[in-house]
Amino acid sequence: MALLEVNKLSKAFGGVKAVQNVSFSIDAGIVYSVIGPNGAGKTTLFNLITGVYTPSEGEIRLDGKEIAGAGPHTLARLGVARTFQNLQVCMNMTALENVMVGAHLRLDRNLIKAALRFPALRRRDGELRDEAAALMHFVGLDKYVAARADAMPYGALKRLEIARALAAKPRLLFLDEPAAGLNPKETIEVDHLVRKVADSGVTVVLVEHDMKMVMNLSDRILVLDYGKKLTEGSAAEVRRNPDVIAAYLGAHA
Amino acid sequence: MLAQFLQFLFSGVTVGATYALAALGFTLIYNASNVINFAQGEFIMLGGMLTVFFMQLGLPMPAAVVLAIVVPAFVGVLVEKLAIEPAKGAETVTLIIITIGCSLIIRGLVQVWLGKGTHAVAPFSGSEPIAVLGATLLPQSLWVLGVTGVVVAALWYFFSRTLAGKAILATSFNPVAAQLVGINTSWVLFISFALSAALGALGGILVAPITLTSYDVGIMLGLKGFVAAVVGGLGSGLGAVVGGLMVGIVEAMAAGYISSAYKDAVPFVLILAILFFMPRGLFGAKVTDRV
Amino acid sequence: MMNFRSPYLGLWLLVAVLAVLPFALPNAFYMDLAIRMAINAVIVLGLNLLIGFAGQISLGHAGFLGIGAYSSAVLTTHFNWHPAFAMAAGAAACAVLAALVARPIFKLKGHYLAMATLGLGIILTIVITNEGAWTGGPDGMPVPPFALFGFELYGEKHWYWVVAAVLAISVWASLNLIDSPFGRALRALHGSEVASQVVGVDVVRYKVAIFVLSAVFASLMGSVTAHYVGFVTPGVAGFFHSIELVTMVVIGGMASVYGSVLGAVLLTALPQALATFEGWETVAFGTILVFTMIFMPKGLVPTLAAKLGRKD
Repeated sequence: MALLEVNKLSKAFGGVKAVQNVSFSIDAGIVYSVIGPNGAGKTTLFNLITGVYTPSEGEIRLDGKEIAGAGPHTLARLGVARTFQNLQVCMNMTALENVMVGAHLRLDRNLIKAALRFPALRRRDGELRDEAAALMHFVGLDKYVAARADAMPYGALKRLEIARALAAKPRLLFLDEPAAGLNPKETIEVDHLVRKVADSGVTVVLVEHDMKMVMNLSDRILVLDYGKKLTEGSAAEVRRNPDVIAAYLGAHA
Repeated sequence: MLAQFLQFLFSGVTVGATYALAALGFTLIYNASNVINFAQGEFIMLGGMLTVFFMQLGLPMPAAVVLAIVVPAFVGVLVEKLAIEPAKGAETVTLIIITIGCSLIIRGLVQVWLGKGTHAVAPFSGSEPIAVLGATLLPQSLWVLGVTGVVVAALWYFFSRTLAGKAILATSFNPVAAQLVGINTSWVLFISFALSAALGALGGILVAPITLTSYDVGIMLGLKGFVAAVVGGLGSGLGAVVGGLMVGIVEAMAAGYISSAYKDAVPFVLILAILFFMPRGLFGAKVTDRV
Repeated sequence: MMNFRSPYLGLWLLVAVLAVLPFALPNAFYMDLAIRMAINAVIVLGLNLLIGFAGQISLGHAGFLGIGAYSSAVLTTHFNWHPAFAMAAGAAACAVLAALVARPIFKLKGHYLAMATLGLGIILTIVITNEGAWTGGPDGMPVPPFALFGFELYGEKHWYWVVAAVLAISVWASLNLIDSPFGRALRALHGSEVASQVVGVDVVRYKVAIFVLSAVFASLMGSVTAHYVGFVTPGVAGFFHSIELVTMVVIGGMASVYGSVLGAVLLTALPQALATFEGWETVAFGTILVFTMIFMPKGLVPTLAAKLGRKD
């Protein structure tokens, strides 16, 4: 059974059909990419699966269990994590705290124990601090471990989001344009990072415009155009598909 | 029975029209700048108090009324230029505190300048009540309703038929896009504050002969105007007018049939009920955040 | 920033000041002022958790203060309740009311909580003013002294130590809370609501929890104020008082524990200082608000901390 199954998923905003009748499934342990021209509905698809939007129609199954319409915090419990195309870093916190928030569900969140400084809670927090620092090291942000989030450059914030998502120890990780706005060197670093994450056993779903990175990383690719599924296949198959070439060159009617 | 009902309805609609003007003021500023202007009530107070002041100086009523609209409009612009604009991009709480600070300054100055006394304004045209189906209607109520009607019509024309009005609407939908197509957004802020202060003042002037006026009437009137704006969905012009009338009518009915002591609590009970059962107000649009 | 002991240094300083203060103050007038500062500081700490840390606005917080104060006054006077039970009943009532109101409201965004809390505060004030048979109406009513285990709290000397201890504990608990999983979730939903949701934070639940907590803080301190002063008036629950409390948060510094204390101290002292400006108090108060917000939108403590931090 596939880890994630999406069946005839649609979302309309007013009259605009952002995603129409899209179906696909993702096996555990692979890197699955979603590509398509701007406005093809990639981010909307992410928002639907991660519970930020409620689907108009269709099913989403995680491990065979229906999750369409469940809120983001419920999905987080099931092992879904994500990053955002438009940065969603908490600028009112330090970089390390941002990563620590990612581990929210793995901690004792009791208010009373927190206010009274229960030793067990403090000890766990101390361990988490080290864990978060290690994660920042893993994504290549060693030098920002002591930084405030609002003092970090854009490229570093992109990776901070990845570290935060990893802190949740997800099974399924959605990365929404992790290389957008990065220079070529940073893009290669993110490319390597995604590979490392995938190798650690996390199933990665990637939206990305950098084709080199997509072709390089992906086990399977879904192509969207105007909210519809254009095709799906391996990197080699997608690359050869005339419809895909047409959509990207704008010859699409 | 009917006579009594009509009587309550008349007083509700009259005071409701004032709330509607205040609510329009809230809406205008909210649309232009996303700020809830808690100083709105002070413009209502300024309208009434300045009419009293200018008439005491010996000016004829029409001149006093015009000045009592122009001066608050100018104060509104000052508030925008000196307090709102320098704090651009600040958090909501910060902006709310700034407008509350402005309202304290305005109220404090009027208190020092014109004293704490309560003043009456003479009705615009006689005080002989008109009998309608057993109920009585004050001529001043007709003034309130008539002028409010004309103003609402004029605003509708301005926003739907003139370029300037459309520019303001465009700015409220998308300030960046508006700027890109060449709309001067700082001018839009200027007009919005001037206009909403003038609307508030007008409401204050119209209702002063019925309710009396003093330096501290602005708080309650302003808050009720805010309730009316939220009832209408915060951001909708039509909603503000309907919200204002609704708040006024419900308040008058509750005062008449239930308890006049709790009259001032009624709009707030109403708003809590609406937020519970109709979370976006009566006319609010659905919005989805982009992430 | 990485020195995790440093936030607690201020706490020791505060404890030292609180311990020495009564011996340094010349007379009962200043003791009274210090007590009122400390009471306000505790309320503002709770309110700052809501406004500064979680990013939600309450414009009717004095309403909860009023519930606490009048629960203590009415239940002890008319029903002969023990003051401790009356105080607990007020706090429980606030918790229930806050949860009832907040749950539907927190599903909305924007200014709706401001509106709802504002409305709640005003309704409470009107109820207190109108139900004269129970509350003494606009004139207010006397409150019997607080007694526990046969020991009666009376006068500035007693109350000072009680209130000082409560303040020190509250500062300690607040510092603990913000640097815990709960506190981080709270700050995260302020920083980015959607980001906090996708890592598993049930934002409505957290907002409700912190709103209830700050309401309970306010209610308890309302009861304390009532017993300490020995008299309550409807003004305690009024709109202007709510605004004063929010102002203390904002001037001292949003999301700053020590800012809450400083804001409360300054704004409690301010009316005394402004009394010399006969009649101009409101104008001066308003001007200070506007200027602080324009030139120090983060409030005093964070702004000063940033300045000092840059020198290092």
